[in-house]
Amino acid sequence: MPVDTRTLLPVLGCVMAAVLVAVLPQWLDLFTLLSLTIYLVMALLALSLAFIWGFGGILCFGQAAFFGLGAYAYAIGVLNIGDSTWPVVLAIAVPALVAAAMGYFMFYGGISDVYLGVITLAVTLILFNVMNSTSGSEYQIGSALLGGFNGIPAIPTLNVPFNPDHVLEPETLFQVIGATLILCYLGLCGLLASRFGKVVVAIRENEQRAGLLGYDTRLHKLIVFSLGGGIAGLAGCLFANWGAFVSPGVFGLAQSAQIIIWVIVGGRGTLFGPILACVGIQALMARLGEQQHVDSGFVLGLILLTFVMLLPRGLLPALSTLATRVVKRRPQATPAQERAL
Amino acid sequence: MSQLESPMNLLETQGLGVSFGGVHAVKAVDFTLQSGELRCLIGPNGAGKSTFFKMLSGQLKPTRGLCHFKGQRISGLAPHQVARLGIGIKTQAPSVFDGLDVLENLRLAASRLQAPGEARDTAEQTLERIGLTELRSRPVGDLAHGQRQWVELGMILASRPTLVLLDEPAAGMTYQEVRKTAALIKEINAQSTVVVVEHDMEFIRLIAGTVTVFNQGAVLAQGSFAQVTQDPAVREAYLGKQEIKHA
Repeated sequence: MPVDTRTLLPVLGCVMAAVLVAVLPQWLDLFTLLSLTIYLVMALLALSLAFIWGFGGILCFGQAAFFGLGAYAYAIGVLNIGDSTWPVVLAIAVPALVAAAMGYFMFYGGISDVYLGVITLAVTLILFNVMNSTSGSEYQIGSALLGGFNGIPAIPTLNVPFNPDHVLEPETLFQVIGATLILCYLGLCGLLASRFGKVVVAIRENEQRAGLLGYDTRLHKLIVFSLGGGIAGLAGCLFANWGAFVSPGVFGLAQSAQIIIWVIVGGRGTLFGPILACVGIQALMARLGEQQHVDSGFVLGLILLTFVMLLPRGLLPALSTLATRVVKRRPQATPAQERAL
Repeated sequence: MSQLESPMNLLETQGLGVSFGGVHAVKAVDFTLQSGELRCLIGPNGAGKSTFFKMLSGQLKPTRGLCHFKGQRISGLAPHQVARLGIGIKTQAPSVFDGLDVLENLRLAASRLQAPGEARDTAEQTLERIGLTELRSRPVGDLAHGQRQWVELGMILASRPTLVLLDEPAAGMTYQEVRKTAALIKEINAQSTVVVVEHDMEFIRLIAGTVTVFNQGAVLAQGSFAQVTQDPAVREAYLGKQEIKHA
């Protein structure tokens, strides 16, 4: 296939983003850099749902479950092991395996969309309640005290792989997180461009037809769901690193709802849209938190409402439609067609 | 190849049936199909032909009986497993990927078994065969009903199945569209064995072939189009003693 703008644009964008990630720590003060770091962590979480909902068609209300599991898996792992290398692997593997187990029962059991949302949300809330009731010294995994609603404080942060004495500086952590986001984005772009990705989108479009063509829809959905769970877990691991702290709040309802809002606002069927929306909304929420006239939750609700009513396809699809209209290529330019931006 | 009595039968059912609660939608059907055949299943509404069809394609699990394809048992398999054995299925309502363009639809069908380059060629050729070359990059959801039906037929063509099962491929089509569809089905029949469920008599006359008549969950008659339309029992069941008009 010839290299067209659709493949060129994400790659070019990523190169620019990579340069930014490399140089920003020298330009910004520590406070701004730390704020930016958490935006990127959440963007990775948004990316995971953008993939499984926007492309896999799996409406998961419980992406926070995998995020939280990743955070806790890392925290418990690193407190026991000391070196952060294997805990990172654990933070990806545990949520991915939990997602695979859940996915097995949901997809092979033939559970449809709405119930899928209910089940995933229920699992998240169960985890929230379980972790909330683990205060006391009897709730301990190895040398890691779970701490109930108080959470786990003072989590050792990332070190150079297999070198626990070499703990990363906040500046390097920012670069690692930025690089992780870029690599995950590119990886998912590549996956969606592959045959596997095309089948995944086909299943979203018409599961019955995909099955009748001989594609195993259950297996494809299971893989997508587990992969999304793993990426969310990685985001959770980075979250635990950002604040050196994790509490049951990661499993909370607010967290679950936020992820969905990022994807709705950014646009389902794109990867970049939810990243953009996530960073934008968080920056806005941080700004709103500095004043006392309007409640930030109220504004978030307003944003969601505006998008659902006026731009139901989301920010990025709306922008790209606008762009094609301005450039005056034929307006039939495939509204629902995939561009893995 | 163990359980097959006659190796010439491509598809064979023995006492295949399904019940929903106390309703015996299909009682116990013995049905054989030879390689290369073009077989029509007809019958009045509720005769069980579509239900029988869904058991063949794996969309519905039979409650009794067996179904063998190329000597291999397929009753009880999931639809994608049935499809993988080389059975292409067209459902009653057009089942296509509405959000994807015509070419991508065909390519997805072709690339199940073919290498990427080959699949692209197959998709291009199929596009020509179904006569939608100029609509190649349009989302299928934007197309007219008849065109979507053809895209679906094209997907079946592109996947090169041994056996093709078509559920009412001419439903809701204009006369012109019906003729084109009939021609397409004959073309599919040149490389595959075909089973068509249909109740449009005009359409069945167009594609001819052997006709199996269903009534009340059982096979009532079987023969050429002329034979079954002359059969008094078929007339009574199907048309309430009237003459079959379009014949």
